[in-house]
Amino acid sequence: MGTRTVAETIREITRAHLEGGGMLLGESISAVGWVNNTVPDAGNIMELPMTDVAGAGIAVGSALAGRRPIFVVRFQDFLILNGSPLIFYAAKLKGLHEKSAPVFVRAIAAEGLGPVHSGVLHSLFMHFPGFKVASPMTPREYEDVWRVYMESDDPFICSEHRASYSNKDELTDEIMAGADITIYAISATRFEAKKAARLLKNDGVRCNVVNIVWLKPFTLTKRITEPLKESRIGLVVDPGHEIAGASESIAYALMIHTGFPVKALGLEDRTKCLCPPLQNRAPDAGRIVEAAKELLAGAGRVFT
Amino acid sequence: MRVPDLAVIENGAAIVPEDIALEIYRRICRTRTFEEGLIKAVKDGFVTSPVYLSSGQESIAAALSVAVPGPVIFAQHRCHGVYLSYGGDPVKLRDELMGLPTGTSGGRAGSNCIQCHENGVVMHGHHGLIGENVPIAVGYALASKKSTLAIFGDGAAEEDYVLSSLGFAATHRLPVLFVCEDNNLSILTAVETRRSWKVSKVAAAFGMEAVDLSDDPWTIFLKAKELVKKTPALMNIHTCRANWHVGIGTDGPVEWDRFLDVRNALKGAGLWDKAQKIEEAERFCMEKVWEQGQLRRLSGK
Repeated sequence: MGTRTVAETIREITRAHLEGGGMLLGESISAVGWVNNTVPDAGNIMELPMTDVAGAGIAVGSALAGRRPIFVVRFQDFLILNGSPLIFYAAKLKGLHEKSAPVFVRAIAAEGLGPVHSGVLHSLFMHFPGFKVASPMTPREYEDVWRVYMESDDPFICSEHRASYSNKDELTDEIMAGADITIYAISATRFEAKKAARLLKNDGVRCNVVNIVWLKPFTLTKRITEPLKESRIGLVVDPGHEIAGASESIAYALMIHTGFPVKALGLEDRTKCLCPPLQNRAPDAGRIVEAAKELLAGAGRVFT
Repeated sequence: MRVPDLAVIENGAAIVPEDIALEIYRRICRTRTFEEGLIKAVKDGFVTSPVYLSSGQESIAAALSVAVPGPVIFAQHRCHGVYLSYGGDPVKLRDELMGLPTGTSGGRAGSNCIQCHENGVVMHGHHGLIGENVPIAVGYALASKKSTLAIFGDGAAEEDYVLSSLGFAATHRLPVLFVCEDNNLSILTAVETRRSWKVSKVAAAFGMEAVDLSDDPWTIFLKAKELVKKTPALMNIHTCRANWHVGIGTDGPVEWDRFLDVRNALKGAGLWDKAQKIEEAERFCMEKVWEQGQLRRLSGK
């Protein structure tokens, strides 16, 4: 276990950036908790009024001026409002004009907060050309994503999840000889995938767990593909909607590349409601186990 | 009330220094004669992508460019006049409209997305979403503290993010001069059909100086020089688009013909001989830009 949490890592990266002349913009930044203790009380922070579309435009304009702004979006659902200047301007700038507006969007996801505060929308930004999209869940991953951003001139969507903020652990891939299935996990489902692997092991299923941090570009490296070639069955898990989402997109890429069946597992195609049992929560360990066993049964490999 | 002399300073052409009056006219002619060549090039099939003409409205950019030199510019889709008046190369604009790699954005962006980053001009390209440039201009001014010019139309003025941006600029006293080229039309729907309020009143309510005036270039010049020292500020300038929203056709007679009015004003100020020579020089220059043999060679037609 490391010494710093993800939240502390974000706060330290941000402090250094602000002290170096960078900017941070967002709504209600200094409100209770300073965005889950991820923002330092420092200079160069701009409190935006509750003007979501214009606020994103102001962040993009700041990026165009070379200030490398961090733009905090407290709930990823709000990206539907914030998205316009990001998608139509920042992401198109290089392709149209060979200029750049490198804004770092801290898109924060949560769970159990109802229909417009619990969404995971990184898939939407994978769809549009011009973005880099990553979902770091550990301190070192966050530092890596930030370093790549500072070396890049593209707008970044950093798909954070509150479930990671207290995490100090680095999540390594779990690869087993003779694995029956490979689980690819994204965002907060990575924590659940680890639990699912333990549960599956108890039932005699040998399970690889491969962590996916970079959603775009998503590169089919050997680290990604070799475990699937061994297990010959895969499952991609994402806390966003399954239909036309990251899980389906990556499952498709893996299937085309390897020729092996890979299923997607994400949210069901219904609205997330506030109260149980209608929350339509992200796949937990139980659902991952269930989906894995279904896949294996379909392939004629039955486990108790 | 749309009238050609709204808040216009009488005998403006005679009040401003002669060299200023003639320089503004030169820039008006630059846009007008460029677009005369462009209209012919469209008819002849050398330009096939959509074009958004500045003709009829060119006095605004011409006067602004003389009154407010050197700002960081965020223009909107009807931006040929802004680009040319501020010193953009007409050959690069032509090439952009023809989709050539030598265009302002390598031929990728087209008429409504013109940028310029040379000859001391900083003009960021629009992408086609009306009013998108306004919050981006405000963000640029916030981050850089540089004098910034945000130009948009009466339709864009209705976008919620434009109004929010005015409020943000007012709150933080940002160095942005907002200019609304109010041609009264969203494609063909008039302002009075769309809203009951004036953007100048909204801007004033936010706490910035704001004026309504018509597109008399001498008045724009004098007022812009004054307002750029008091930013954020807004000018809502009534003007008349000569051509379609997009394309080279016309919608019928315009409410007023500012180009003709400017010529008459220069005659009244005793400057017509010099003005005529300026117009001839610009026309000669633009005829070379749009010379047929060259267009055939460039387009391969």
